[in-house]
Amino acid sequence: MYTDKFIEHFQNPRNVGVMDTPDAYSRVGSPVCGDFMEVYLMVEDGRIQNISFRTFGCGAAIASSSIATEMVKGMTLDEAMALTDDDVVAALGGLPDPKLHCSNLAASAIHKAVEKYIAEHAVADAPAES
Amino acid sequence: MPQLTRIYLDHAATTAVDPRVLKAMLPYWTEHYGNPASLYDQGRGAAEGLNRARKQVAGILGCNDNETVFTSCGTESDNLAIRGVTTALRSKGKHIITTTIEHHAILRTCEQLEQLDGYKVTYLPVDAMGMVDPDDVRKAIRPDTVLISVMYANNEIGTIQPIAEIGAIARKAGVVFHTDAVQAGGSLPLDVDQLNVDLLSLSGHKFYAPKGVGVLYIRRGTPIVPIQTGGGQERGMRAGTSNVPYIVGLGEALVLAHQDREQEQARLVALRDRLIKGVLTLVPDSCLNGHPMRRLANNANFIFAGIEGEAVQMKLDWAGIACSTGSACASEEAEPSHVLVACGIKKLLARASIRLTLGRENTEEDVDRVIEVLPPIVQGIRDLSPIYSVGMLS
Repeated sequence: MYTDKFIEHFQNPRNVGVMDTPDAYSRVGSPVCGDFMEVYLMVEDGRIQNISFRTFGCGAAIASSSIATEMVKGMTLDEAMALTDDDVVAALGGLPDPKLHCSNLAASAIHKAVEKYIAEHAVADAPAES
Repeated sequence: MPQLTRIYLDHAATTAVDPRVLKAMLPYWTEHYGNPASLYDQGRGAAEGLNRARKQVAGILGCNDNETVFTSCGTESDNLAIRGVTTALRSKGKHIITTTIEHHAILRTCEQLEQLDGYKVTYLPVDAMGMVDPDDVRKAIRPDTVLISVMYANNEIGTIQPIAEIGAIARKAGVVFHTDAVQAGGSLPLDVDQLNVDLLSLSGHKFYAPKGVGVLYIRRGTPIVPIQTGGGQERGMRAGTSNVPYIVGLGEALVLAHQDREQEQARLVALRDRLIKGVLTLVPDSCLNGHPMRRLANNANFIFAGIEGEAVQMKLDWAGIACSTGSACASEEAEPSHVLVACGIKKLLARASIRLTLGRENTEEDVDRVIEVLPPIVQGIRDLSPIYSVGMLS
């Protein structure tokens, strides 16, 4: 039912935690009627230099959060924006059908954090810094 | 999955078939395989098995043999009770009284009667511990009330309802009274006269009989019509060739469960209370759902604030422990347990519930292993949670 990759990420999730001074931060979902995820980003030279998350949800939500953050670490912002729900599920080696929707949080939360970063840093990032 | 000794703590979901039950069933597949309605040898053998099971069940319920109907499951028993009685009394009235914490076998059936047949259903509330107030039942009775259905013990939180008291109220008002005793079967006293019930549902697989067989007790004189028609089996109340091996198993299992019932219940209460005390002591921001005393001997249902029950369930599974959760996100909207919500528990907390239900094979070592394994699992998932904060339950 669940792949070894899934179990690995559920049992030992990567990039868990809170950043005190992230470059961007997002929260997606609702803990009352669904899953809930928050993402912290550090960006350097247009790439995701560091990322962390916390997720309230089932095993599928936790495992997909973990693997999605691992996937985008080191990506350019454009590459991270191109990450899809299907990419996340594929990286886990698939999920049981009823659990597919639980994986939809991760890409959305990462996209939202990247968008916030772009919106807040559009001017500052335009000229190359020394 | 790692190889380890597995601890099964989901007896409210189902139980393993008792080897003695299986042994009693075996001759009814290849030896006494006849149709019990047939008069030759193979049929007579099957009929003897069927009759013995009926006597066994009637003995435990304190009723006559001809007041029992064998069905395919607890859900069918509940459907027969509700649909059968309301149909028989449809010219008298179209009002049903039940509770918000019933099993879906009752709730979905009542909802359909509302939607398709214009019935009015009163869903009585429960208090924070899941108790129905008998006085609420009394007040809800109307001239057109045809049926009251209140479960004996709740499947999720284990709360035991004052069935005899509610039954006395129903009888005084002249209203038919049904109880879904599926979760109580094998655990609580089932004497139908002491319980003041007209109908009582049981399901074999909750007390170490196989899945696929149930009973509906119907007090003589209760207005009811069959919902499955055909041959005249079960005195016309439930057509269809009798599932003899399974019925034999149910009869045997019920007798075995009630033979040492009080002793086993005392053993389970001690284990349950050890489990509850251990978990509540070692897991901060946790609480027990249901009633502290009036609860099934095998039921412990917890909330671990700030996390999602299914994640705990999955981690326990990998640690070799089987349990269940009131939060199933198999659907798009993760709807928390209707029972916990009815007890006034906020949806967010209701999603953080874990049910552990003990059974015959569980030992003190099993309980101690859960007490050892569970707290770090909950802590690990809380470390991931953006909504958990220390003291959030206090």
